Amino acid sequence: MALLDAVDVTKRFSGITALDAVSMRVDDGESVGLIGPNGAGKTTFFNCLLGLLRPESGSVTFAGRNLTRAPVYRRARAGLGRTFQRMELFAGMTVRDHLLVAERSRLGTGRFWKDVLNLAAPSADERARADATLELLALRDVADAPIEALSLGRGRLVEVGRALMTEPKLLLLDEPSSGLDAAETAALAATLRAVQAERGTAVLLVEHDVEFVRSFSDRLYVLDFGTLIATGPTAEVLGSDEVRRAYLGETV
Amino acid sequence: MTEFFTYVIQGIPYGCVFALVAVGLVLTYKTSGVFNLAFGAQAFVAAAVYYDVHVRHGWSRWPALAFVVLVLSPALGLLLDVAIFRHLRTASPIAKLVASLGLLVAVPQIVSIWLGQSSTFGVVGIWWDDNALYHFGKFVLDGRQMAIIVSTVVAVTLLGFLFRFAPIGLRMRAVVESPRMTELAGVDSDRVSAFSWMLSSLFAGLAGVLLAPLYASLASQNFSTLLIAAIAAAAFARLTSIPLALVGGLLLGITQALLSGYLPPASVIAQNLKPSLPFAALFLLLLFWPGLRSAVQNKDPLSGVDPPPSPPVAESRGEFLTKTTRVFGTVVVAGALLWLLTSATSYWIGIATTAVVLSVIFLSITVITGMAGQVSLCQATFAGVGAFSTAQIVKVFGLSVLPTLLIGAFVAAAVGALLAVPMLRLGGIFLSLGTLAFAVMFDTLLAPLGWVSGGAHPVRVPRPIGFVDDRSFLILCVVILVIASIFVIFIRRGTTGRFLHALRGSETASRSIGINPTRVRILAFAVSAGLAGLGGGLLAVQKNIATKEDFGYFLSLFFVVLVVTLMPSTVEGAINAGVGFALVPEVLKLVGVSVSWEFVLFGLGAITYARHPEGVLEFQKRKSLAAIEKRLPARWRGPGVDPTVLPAGSAD
Ligand SMILES: Nc1ncnc2c1ncn2[C@@H]1O[C@H](COP(=O)(O)OP(=O)(O)O)[C@@H](O)[C@H]1O
Ligand SMILES: [Mg+2]
Repeated sequence: MALLDAVDVTKRFSGITALDAVSMRVDDGESVGLIGPNGAGKTTFFNCLLGLLRPESGSVTFAGRNLTRAPVYRRARAGLGRTFQRMELFAGMTVRDHLLVAERSRLGTGRFWKDVLNLAAPSADERARADATLELLALRDVADAPIEALSLGRGRLVEVGRALMTEPKLLLLDEPSSGLDAAETAALAATLRAVQAERGTAVLLVEHDVEFVRSFSDRLYVLDFGTLIATGPTAEVLGSDEVRRAYLGETV
Repeated sequence: MTEFFTYVIQGIPYGCVFALVAVGLVLTYKTSGVFNLAFGAQAFVAAAVYYDVHVRHGWSRWPALAFVVLVLSPALGLLLDVAIFRHLRTASPIAKLVASLGLLVAVPQIVSIWLGQSSTFGVVGIWWDDNALYHFGKFVLDGRQMAIIVSTVVAVTLLGFLFRFAPIGLRMRAVVESPRMTELAGVDSDRVSAFSWMLSSLFAGLAGVLLAPLYASLASQNFSTLLIAAIAAAAFARLTSIPLALVGGLLLGITQALLSGYLPPASVIAQNLKPSLPFAALFLLLLFWPGLRSAVQNKDPLSGVDPPPSPPVAESRGEFLTKTTRVFGTVVVAGALLWLLTSATSYWIGIATTAVVLSVIFLSITVITGMAGQVSLCQATFAGVGAFSTAQIVKVFGLSVLPTLLIGAFVAAAVGALLAVPMLRLGGIFLSLGTLAFAVMFDTLLAPLGWVSGGAHPVRVPRPIGFVDDRSFLILCVVILVIASIFVIFIRRGTTGRFLHALRGSETASRSIGINPTRVRILAFAVSAGLAGLGGGLLAVQKNIATKEDFGYFLSLFFVVLVVTLMPSTVEGAINAGVGFALVPEVLKLVGVSVSWEFVLFGLGAITYARHPEGVLEFQKRKSLAAIEKRLPARWRGPGVDPTVLPAGSAD
């Protein structure tokens, strides 16, 4: 039984078909890449998986549950975590608070009466978990800095950390290296590999940097104009002619 | 059948005025993204100036009309665009709405101050003879109605020609259809937006001049209410289609006439239903008109071209400011309390009590606007719900006052939560408009009823036993304010507050980590309504009476404008606003100017919300203290936050 099983997901935006019956499976702990030229529908696919967009047809089954109609927050609590291509951070919040908020929302247990009695401060346990994630992502030194003070690369790490705090079974990463230079990208890739080694989280990675994809993903899906045009082991797919034409020919 | 058509004909003139206003609203919304609440104020300005030049200065009709509608009104529109809204182009829709709200509060007061209070009766229309009767078969229209119908037909026809044939009209139509596209195609959007502001302001002016003679005297409230009514027609047009705005306006006018014709005139409900129809229509349209919601959700695919709205200013203060404020605040509050409890006269104790009670109400705005980032325009209504429930429960069930205040707060909280459920699906400015519709609906439909406000005989409420005299009641209010403030601070620190902070930062990301935005926001609405209800109840107890005049919709607008000008995001801000509300009129009296200046002051202040979402006062404080701090020896300085610099946004 696959962890994620998306079947025939179709999404249209007035006129254009952004996704045309796209199916995808990801197994527990697996590391899968999703590549394709700009506008292929990768971000749209993520949005459909998480419920930020409602597809016209198709189904999403995750961890044995049919989530096709579930609201976003339920999918998140079921174990889908994600980062955003265009960063979505909480202005005016410190790095640590980003993680603590995610920790609190993970189970949906923040009760209002605890707020009223001033009992809602982060517990020692919650703080410890946040610290562990900060450590893992090498964000200790900026833990109490407001998010505005961070560089782009570290901002992306905060997004990863925030997603990790919800203990996802599957992490959706949307172009984590965009806007980073080569050194930063390499560091990010190393960190992500470390995360995966430590937590065993399955990862679905959207990425333009071919080296990053090659080193990170065992298996690839290739999306072009909303249709899957190839899938298979990474080396095989990157070697195929069709993929080179549709994708690599444009960007490399 | 004749009866039916008689009613239809009677509805048409009102329908025309609604249509004129709705067309203007759609024009500015589409070309500059501003939902212009100040439209009613612009109509009032035109009506007032027409009255002044024509009646008081004896200009003859046509020059007066031409001056007001063709010169003054467009000039006013241009001024608003150039001085204010052009600079807000990248601001959030909410910030633009707040700016126009500030104008709606300030501008009519400026006009009233200029006109003087006394001589605003005897308004005349633009027709040769307002009272002449014209017979069309079985139907009769008077001069005022003829003027409205003829002018509307002329104005709309000219607008049609403009859009079809004139180059600027064509460009404007292109902008209305896709603002970003046209910008990319190289159309000068400044010129188009200036022109559309002038044009829409012309429509406002025309509507104002036509409407004025239908009322006995020139009162700005009539024009504001008209504006809110016409929003229904604009909503019917999904804020996009000018022809639909015309149809919507006419439908609204006709339905209103039919309703008042056919409903039994004796029933209280019928009497209240007629004036509240446009607001009920607006409320229902906002909730159920399918195209409207999709018009909001389907963003322009090219909207990515716009720079994102600037992020809110860092919410934390520098350490130095925090400490200074704390010391200063403690000294002032302690001093004031000491004076009030020992030697102050009962006049000043009354003013202090008002300040404290209003602070409780303003805490509700801290929660909904400062913490949840929503602009609610019905906080005075929630206060009213609290006040009426408290008063009625004490009167009917004979409960003692203190626990009943709490019950009143819970009733208001329940109403807030119920209202939030459908409203939150809308979000953004539509949520604000929906709460405004609710407020006016409450004023016209429910507040006059006997079981709500006592009708013609407002309900009396006693002071709680032991707190009857003014001084001890003030102490009670202070205690309640302190408890309410601590309540708000705890919620801000708690899960709810932190989730709201996350939602303000990014709703998408908040949902993706498992936050249920609806639940959190309903909670925020309920808490906010509850606080307003508590404050409203206290206000009634302070005055010994709960009257609907204390909770009218206009007060809701003023409350928002006041708090937003001072400091919307903190408990301290709510208290500042309470003190400001009570004290500014006293200061103005002392200086010897009209108390109306209060509205002008804070109304204009609210325009700065887009630049200073933390409040102008707070901004000035941070700026001047930063300047002082620079001169201090190093060991006294905080970590040095420059308050005037916006933090860098999260770039792509
Ligand atoms: N909210 C939207 N409204 C209209 N069209 C959209 C929207 N989001 C994406 N699209 C369109 O869908 C297509 C796929 O976009 P996207 O998923 O962002 O591609 P990718 O992430 O692969 O670069 C593009 O043609 C884009 O213009
Ligand atoms: Mg993308």
